[in-house]
Amino acid sequence: MSPFPFSAYLVVAIFGFIVATTVAGALIAVLSRRIIRSVAGLALCSVGLAGLYYFLNSPFLALMEILIYIGAVCVTIIFGVMLSETDEPEPRENPGQERLWAVISALVSVAIFVGLYRLSLHGAWPAGGAAAADGSVRAIGIALLTTFSLPFELISLVLLVAILGALTLAHGGRKQS
Amino acid sequence: MNVVHLPDQPAAYLILAAFLLATGVFGLLRRRTLIGMLISGELIFAAAALNFMTVNRFMAPDPAVGQIVVLFIMGLAAAEVAIALSIIIAVYRNYRSIHSKELSELKG
Repeated sequence: MSPFPFSAYLVVAIFGFIVATTVAGALIAVLSRRIIRSVAGLALCSVGLAGLYYFLNSPFLALMEILIYIGAVCVTIIFGVMLSETDEPEPRENPGQERLWAVISALVSVAIFVGLYRLSLHGAWPAGGAAAADGSVRAIGIALLTTFSLPFELISLVLLVAILGALTLAHGGRKQS
Repeated sequence: MNVVHLPDQPAAYLILAAFLLATGVFGLLRRRTLIGMLISGELIFAAAALNFMTVNRFMAPDPAVGQIVVLFIMGLAAAEVAIALSIIIAVYRNYRSIHSKELSELKG
């Protein structure tokens, strides 16, 4: 028995709050017209995802989600927003075509959501495997340096190439203008 | 399904990941600026990472593998954002606009 009688309901309430944070962040990121608000929505969605990772037994990934997505990705996108003029343009010619396109994209995304919803509720998912290792930071570190050492090195190479490519692209654009 | 056991059900996380994927696809089709499309792509990345973590938590025998895959996804997302933003800034210098309707010719 749990020492506090309502602790299960408390956990469910926190879970619902985290899910609502994620959903609201995703909706703000997609639907708002000012682009800086949608970056803030992406940050909110990342906070919710960090909470979900905490519920999925991985506090390390929750920390990494906040560190990388909010600390690196959102800040980089905000720099990009400041360097260019990015707001959504006003719908100018033929609003009927705009509305048709909005309906088409909404239909596509609703179809994807309904299909995956049915699959995740009625799919033949295997029953849960018992935890063989503990999944702690120590286990992650050991697996990164033994089993996954080649992808680990490759992703460092990818990051190096990305840094060099970003520098080259931004610098070349400056010389042309 | 009892509400109390909702955080222990894999279906809750899978449905949320499906919602993130659907909103990402919607934004990718609907947005008319390049940075908005980039943000929607980040939502799709997040949906994939959440799916990996759910399957890892509830169905995989080794709980370290999914976390490592999600770490790789985060690293790739960071690299992709850096490259995409430098391309967007280079495009903005050439065209004075990043609205995807107006970027319709190559070799500008």
